Amino acid sequence: MISRRDFLQVGMSAAALLGASGFGTWSRLAAQQALTQDQLLDFDTFGNVSLIHITDIHAQLKPIYFREPSVNIGVGSNRGEVPHVTGAEFRRLYGIDDGSPAHYALSSGDFSALARGYGRMGGLDRVATVINAIRADRPDAILLDGGDTWHGSYTCYQTQAQDMVNVMNALKPDAMTFHWEFTLGSDRVAELVEGLPFAALGQNIFDAEWDEPAELFPPYTFFERGGTKIAVIGQAFPYMPIANPGWMFPEYAFGIRDENMQAMVDEVRAQGAECVVVLSHNGFDVDKKMATVVTGIDVILSGHTHDALPDPVLAGETLIFPSGSNGKFVTRIDLDIRDGRMMGYRSKLIPIFSDVIAPDPEVAALIDAERAPHLDRLTEVIGQTEGLLYRRGNFNGSWDDLICDALLSEREAEIALSPGVRWGPSLIPGQDITREDIWNVTSMSYGEAYRTEMTGDFLKLVLEDVADNIFNPDPYYQQGGDMVRTGGLGYAIDITKPQGSRISNMTHLATGEPIDPGKSYVVAGWASVNEGTEGPQIWDVVENHIRAQGTVAVTPRDDVVVTGL
Amino acid sequence: MELTRRKMLAIGSGTLAIAALPGLPAFASATDDAIAAFTGGADLVEGGVTINAPEIAENGNTVPIDVSAPGAVSIALFAAGNPVPNVATFTFGPLAASQSAATRIRLAGTQDVIAVAQMADGSFAKASANVKVTIGGCGG
Repeated sequence: MISRRDFLQVGMSAAALLGASGFGTWSRLAAQQALTQDQLLDFDTFGNVSLIHITDIHAQLKPIYFREPSVNIGVGSNRGEVPHVTGAEFRRLYGIDDGSPAHYALSSGDFSALARGYGRMGGLDRVATVINAIRADRPDAILLDGGDTWHGSYTCYQTQAQDMVNVMNALKPDAMTFHWEFTLGSDRVAELVEGLPFAALGQNIFDAEWDEPAELFPPYTFFERGGTKIAVIGQAFPYMPIANPGWMFPEYAFGIRDENMQAMVDEVRAQGAECVVVLSHNGFDVDKKMATVVTGIDVILSGHTHDALPDPVLAGETLIFPSGSNGKFVTRIDLDIRDGRMMGYRSKLIPIFSDVIAPDPEVAALIDAERAPHLDRLTEVIGQTEGLLYRRGNFNGSWDDLICDALLSEREAEIALSPGVRWGPSLIPGQDITREDIWNVTSMSYGEAYRTEMTGDFLKLVLEDVADNIFNPDPYYQQGGDMVRTGGLGYAIDITKPQGSRISNMTHLATGEPIDPGKSYVVAGWASVNEGTEGPQIWDVVENHIRAQGTVAVTPRDDVVVTGL
Repeated sequence: MELTRRKMLAIGSGTLAIAALPGLPAFASATDDAIAAFTGGADLVEGGVTINAPEIAENGNTVPIDVSAPGAVSIALFAAGNPVPNVATFTFGPLAASQSAATRIRLAGTQDVIAVAQMADGSFAKASANVKVTIGGCGG
């Protein structure tokens, strides 16, 4: 008898042979410089159910440049495993030609040159075109939004996410889960969620006082499609009150709660679900572990860690699809569900090349209408950049160095700390820096740039603490961000060491002296999770700094020495 | 940046970790002693008791923990990294419908929380969960 796992593996290798993941196809065609919308959308409709996944849009309504990481270290059992493979190594692994559109979309290396050739990616009007095309093939396809949708831009901040809600509603999602949305504050979240024409899911969103499931966020919903019943279970970001300011949403508690996830899977199966899909904001490695702890999940649509992989990863008996970020990708997954189980799948990670995919006119008009009242402020040019500005990677990117420079000079500090978030589009050499660009890498509801004193001891504690949130070998103890960015402070990190002994050689760069554990240093930073943080907004600090510079030239730095790779 | 309770907690735990390296074995033995006092020194087996705790505490001052051990007459809870490891002992009478309990405890820092159950036959079972108490602050 063929076990379910054997069957899935057979399905996967057959898919690889037939090129049914769709990935190989567009890669080859693209190499022939024949990239067209039809080819990007080409898909041989399969089975009886279609899922469409988009996640971590971070309020990017318009096409952007977004450089994927060159440093994305996996630890423990995930060392050397996708998505912890980057650059040329990633391309070899997936058979991607250097210089191809797939190289540009999915991996780092030659980013600036390729960006000039292939142009910006994303744009929700292009995403709308892709969704409409999938719905033309399969009218009842299920559109699922993995969250981090209502955060990350000037207009999203100014409208308290109304712009994103209006545009997303035009795409007609069927369900959504959450992370940064909660930093709007629980009142605003409740107001928006109550008005949503689709399900707001989170099996791990609990009432903090009673430790009971929160009423506003049901754990799951059912869809009857293609003669079968599919359950979609929501999994919000587990570490919201730790990674973000819990005082903004004190009514809620989160956590991974995999025992409750198991109970929900069992419950939906008992109610006749033939296919169980988890719409997750866990982050990839947490999803991978959860798939081996919880049984009975067919598909995890994975968000939070901003990874994009051309093929799903099989963990236990669960297929995991990570669909990137910032509107760069939409994943289409066709499933064959028969006789009470998933018999096969066909999928495609569709890259949203904004110069290739035509914008949907209706959604384009809607986006422009949302932006119109703010357009003068958005488009004001503050300066230019000489080099590539990017953020994504485990340690400082050039955007972070620029932000840290701004904190050091504008706040007259010795040391700067900047959060290791994974959002924030890139700018290519020679580009104007507009106000919108600055907000794209700084916008948040707790952006105050504090100025305080910290001892050398405390700075080490901060670095150790954050490092363990990224490099703890157990994914359940990882929060999915990147290392806190530092300015004016160099250090060495051995990622294989336990918490408390990863960080060494801390150096005050201005003097070249070792950091003195007992001495106090003036530290400027932003995005503190503590209530009552005071200071000017970080976007104003960065704007003032760039305006003073005119043309920004961020020198490459090697202040962080990483070992234990 | 103001010093909040969470920050104080973080500072506290850091001081603990740095200052108390020689003190750690003392804590460990304090927990061992407390467990031995509960079991009378009997052997502990793994299994038969489950402890449910968050992997990372949302607030180290009030961490929800629940324990269950079908067939137990009592369950004792220990926080191995607290200055005083004894947290609670739950006793179940013969009419108890289930042998489970939930409470919230304060944790001084990242540490193991240990549940020891005394079974009806006088044997003891143990389970533990590592709960991390962190400063936090960076999200994807």
